[in-house]
Amino acid sequence: MKKSLLMPLLLCSFIANADDNVEISGKVGIDLRLFPHSPSYSEQYSTTNISGFIEPQFYYAWNDDADYLKFIPYLRWDQHDRERTHGDIRQLTWSHIGDGWELHSGISKVFWGVTEFQHLVDTINQSDGVEDIDGEDKLGQPMIHLSIARQWGILDLFALPGFRERTYPGAEGRLRSGLVVDTDQANYESGAGDKHVDFAARWSRTLGDFDLGLHYFRGTNREPLLQSGLTSLGAPALIPHYEQINQVGIDLQATLDDWLWKLETRWRDSRNDTFWAVQGGFEYTLYGISESDKDLGLLVEYGWDERGKRATSPVQNDLFLGGRLAFNDAESTELLAGVSYDLDYHSYSFQVEASSRIGRGWKASMDLRLFSGNDARDPISALNRDDHLQLTLERYF
Amino acid sequence: MRRHIMPRNYFLLMALLCLSAPLLAETAEEKGHAIAAESIARDTGWGDMKADMQMILRNKQGEESLREIRIQSLEQANDGDKSLTIFDKPLDVKGTAFLSFSHATEADDQWLYLPALKRVKRISSRNKSGPFMGSEFAYEDLSSFEIEKYTYKYIKDDTINEQTCFVVEQFPVDKNSGYTRRVVWIDQAEYRVQRAEFYDRKDSLLKTLSYSGYNQYLGKYWRPDKMDMLNHQTGKSTELLWKNYSFGNGLNDADFNKNSLKRAR
Repeated sequence: MKKSLLMPLLLCSFIANADDNVEISGKVGIDLRLFPHSPSYSEQYSTTNISGFIEPQFYYAWNDDADYLKFIPYLRWDQHDRERTHGDIRQLTWSHIGDGWELHSGISKVFWGVTEFQHLVDTINQSDGVEDIDGEDKLGQPMIHLSIARQWGILDLFALPGFRERTYPGAEGRLRSGLVVDTDQANYESGAGDKHVDFAARWSRTLGDFDLGLHYFRGTNREPLLQSGLTSLGAPALIPHYEQINQVGIDLQATLDDWLWKLETRWRDSRNDTFWAVQGGFEYTLYGISESDKDLGLLVEYGWDERGKRATSPVQNDLFLGGRLAFNDAESTELLAGVSYDLDYHSYSFQVEASSRIGRGWKASMDLRLFSGNDARDPISALNRDDHLQLTLERYF
Repeated sequence: MRRHIMPRNYFLLMALLCLSAPLLAETAEEKGHAIAAESIARDTGWGDMKADMQMILRNKQGEESLREIRIQSLEQANDGDKSLTIFDKPLDVKGTAFLSFSHATEADDQWLYLPALKRVKRISSRNKSGPFMGSEFAYEDLSSFEIEKYTYKYIKDDTINEQTCFVVEQFPVDKNSGYTRRVVWIDQAEYRVQRAEFYDRKDSLLKTLSYSGYNQYLGKYWRPDKMDMLNHQTGKSTELLWKNYSFGNGLNDADFNKNSLKRAR
């Protein structure tokens, strides 16, 4: 990782010196996590943790903006968890824009999907699992991405050389399973290992009030099977095994006045399993509640996995309820609350996020998360003592 | 001589009366509609436009907050404009972009691009009356003007900014509008909006918008450099400054799709 970061860093200092037209922006931040309960597992840190990150962005365009380079390195330092102290190239791409087509080559991130509580069809990028447990943070994926826009919609074609392994908290980290995931021993179904070239295609189109996407993916599953094994020191651990899969999926949103109806579904076929999974629901927004400028969005989603309790995902028969309060003030104050309830295990996780701008370049946020689960087969039960409050301060430049 | 002149004057008078007869018979509603139609007719055919916009938000205590936005729009023949809005400031929303296909009577189609997640979200355009980026401008104050969006009533002539103006009441058709009506001053020389007053759902005066620094582009189209919105009920105000207007950029429909939204910057 250090070696792979060095080259782009040199490259960016080179382009920054070579040309005044390099645009630099980005953010730095610090966060504090407070845990009221002592940890479940002996190596885990106790009640407080401090962490900091930096994510600059470099942009350079030429040829009348028809060609541009974009570079976004990312570094995080964590007080206790050595696995969480990590770096990544979120993006390093050369883009060429043609007439009705564009080609992006390098390391990048692509998002697919419409739902809020789970991203079933968002396939291309690996989750950066040490960042947070919500799966929203992604690792940069090497790709050649051709996008063609026509009357019949947008067709995206991806060749994905090189695989990124999922990151997991280390032994000292909280918000992890009972056994540590030993990423050093990750193994693959494919003989090519992490050099397997994956392929993906997506067609998307807007038809009136409907936004539709269809995709196909063939290659290394981003979600590993976690098999029991031993660390090099002989301690019990989980070893990630990455299978080859074929996947097709659909995402659909109907935007009907103040209702947004959302559906994601995918079918996945691997050597061990073939199954469907669905996530769907709606978002209904009440605008200008009680004659104020505030908007209140109400979200309801349901997630289902054909494998039921055998599912490797924590969502197999889960209901999600949420509320989003936007103050629409000069500071863009927002409050988001959500609860997910597992209908099989009767466990829940509860989350409140609040954020607001401070002055010209600062943003403060607060996240509260509470977990409850008693059934050892339920993945959420490992987080039983990991209720926490996170305070974050970010500076944008 | 006199006998000769009289009938000639009489015929001239008759001719004038005949010509102006439709005008005299015009109701206040028809006249208000005709004024709006003329202002739209005079602002048709501009093709495409790019401009930079700066918004200075001020609260009652005079504390300021800055927004910087770039806008591209494309005129559509038989529909509302397409537009792409890119946010530069505040810095935490830098790179966020907004694509809108506006329609005269149907709901607009709108998408938002969130750069941190690289996510394009289709959003509801139902929120007409909400504040745009925390400012005193509501979304509906910034949307393209289409004749079908209002019914009209001419009130009187009045002189403001040393311009003789038509004063016209505009009643929004959309039930989701935050206003019962707008009262708009349109100058008779060039059919430019000089001032607009907004009346809330209780029909109390809510805001006044003043336009200034009009310049003409392509020898035909007038655009203001400054728009000042004052909220009478809260004492807050927003100053909107336009810079770098440019027309005839050769933009087309391909510059207004989800791909162009994602790479907007």
